[in-house]
Amino acid sequence: MHEVDMTKCLLISLNEWREQRDDSSVMVETVHLDVGRFTCVEPDQLVTTYNAAVQGSWLDGSKLTITEIPFVGRCLSCNSSYVPVPENAYRSPCCDHPLEEILSGRELRIRSIDYRSDAAAVVESMSIQRHR
Amino acid sequence: MHMPLEDTLGLNLLAANTHQAQHNNQQLERWDLLCLNLMSSPGAGKTALLERSLPALASDLRVAVLEGDMTTQLDADRLEAVGIPVVPITTGRACHLDAAMVSGGLRLLQQRLDPAELNLLLVENVGNLVCPAEFDVGEHHKVALLSVTEGDDKPLKYPLMFRNSDVVLITKVDLLPHLPVDLAAIRHNILSINPNATVIEVSAITGEGLDAWHRWVLQALANRSTTAPALAAA
Repeated sequence: MHEVDMTKCLLISLNEWREQRDDSSVMVETVHLDVGRFTCVEPDQLVTTYNAAVQGSWLDGSKLTITEIPFVGRCLSCNSSYVPVPENAYRSPCCDHPLEEILSGRELRIRSIDYRSDAAAVVESMSIQRHR
Repeated sequence: MHMPLEDTLGLNLLAANTHQAQHNNQQLERWDLLCLNLMSSPGAGKTALLERSLPALASDLRVAVLEGDMTTQLDADRLEAVGIPVVPITTGRACHLDAAMVSGGLRLLQQRLDPAELNLLLVENVGNLVCPAEFDVGEHHKVALLSVTEGDDKPLKYPLMFRNSDVVLITKVDLLPHLPVDLAAIRHNILSINPNATVIEVSAITGEGLDAWHRWVLQALANRSTTAPALAAA
């Protein structure tokens, strides 16, 4: 159920992004999300909710794609990384150490937006500058 | 001409909730008010714990409750009966409290009393082991409750809730003699996912363990007053 609220948060961020550009010709094609495996998000449900939520809005026709990020922890006893699993109570298989440090898997990140715009040249140079 | 472009954001999906949660936290800081977010599955005993804890804590502290309840005011009525100010936040069909709902609750609280005169604000979240774990509301600490009747595997099935909580209260321990449940396994599973958690066994019926829980709350308040000036100076 919380995928609805996650989608609301996503739409707020996308609306803010559009307002910042001050460019009414912006057409979003794809929104790329990174979703870690150690979050409460079910990627398929998020896509379904997104598709329903954007109907009739300026984002109608845009696509949400999700890249799942693996859940990786680090064993503080021997420094090796491992994939924590419930069968082993998320402890490290090497030293049976509890899960202290999480290296990845908690991501809930809007990675990037593919879009089209009339104001392409200006926007593109702004975007490139920002990422350097 | 429409040119294909890409904008790299690296923005947290929950940024909107996080901003509101930070705003709530700043408000709580201005009131010098410690806020705990109580979370559990439905029926783990959040309200029963508060019914026992609030009168005891109220002898030392001034306490109020923000009560998240999906559609009814039943829990709020139970807590008002023990003489503690309760602001009900009816969440409709939402399965968790979010920062905006708690912001509304803080405004209602302010209409009823002066929050700066309080020491402790307890937020009773909607009963659910999944969603509330992902939504900060501006609290200082997350407190998870797990009743012994739920079984020792629940920390493994809902790991994020137990990972993100500072305290886990194992409730209904008075029922242990009647159950084929392994208390050591519950503890082991919680501490495997979250070795930094404080785990306290309690019973709202017999009162067992409540002193330890109340001491934790008082310690959290004491830690605040010792760290707050340092933070302000920094």
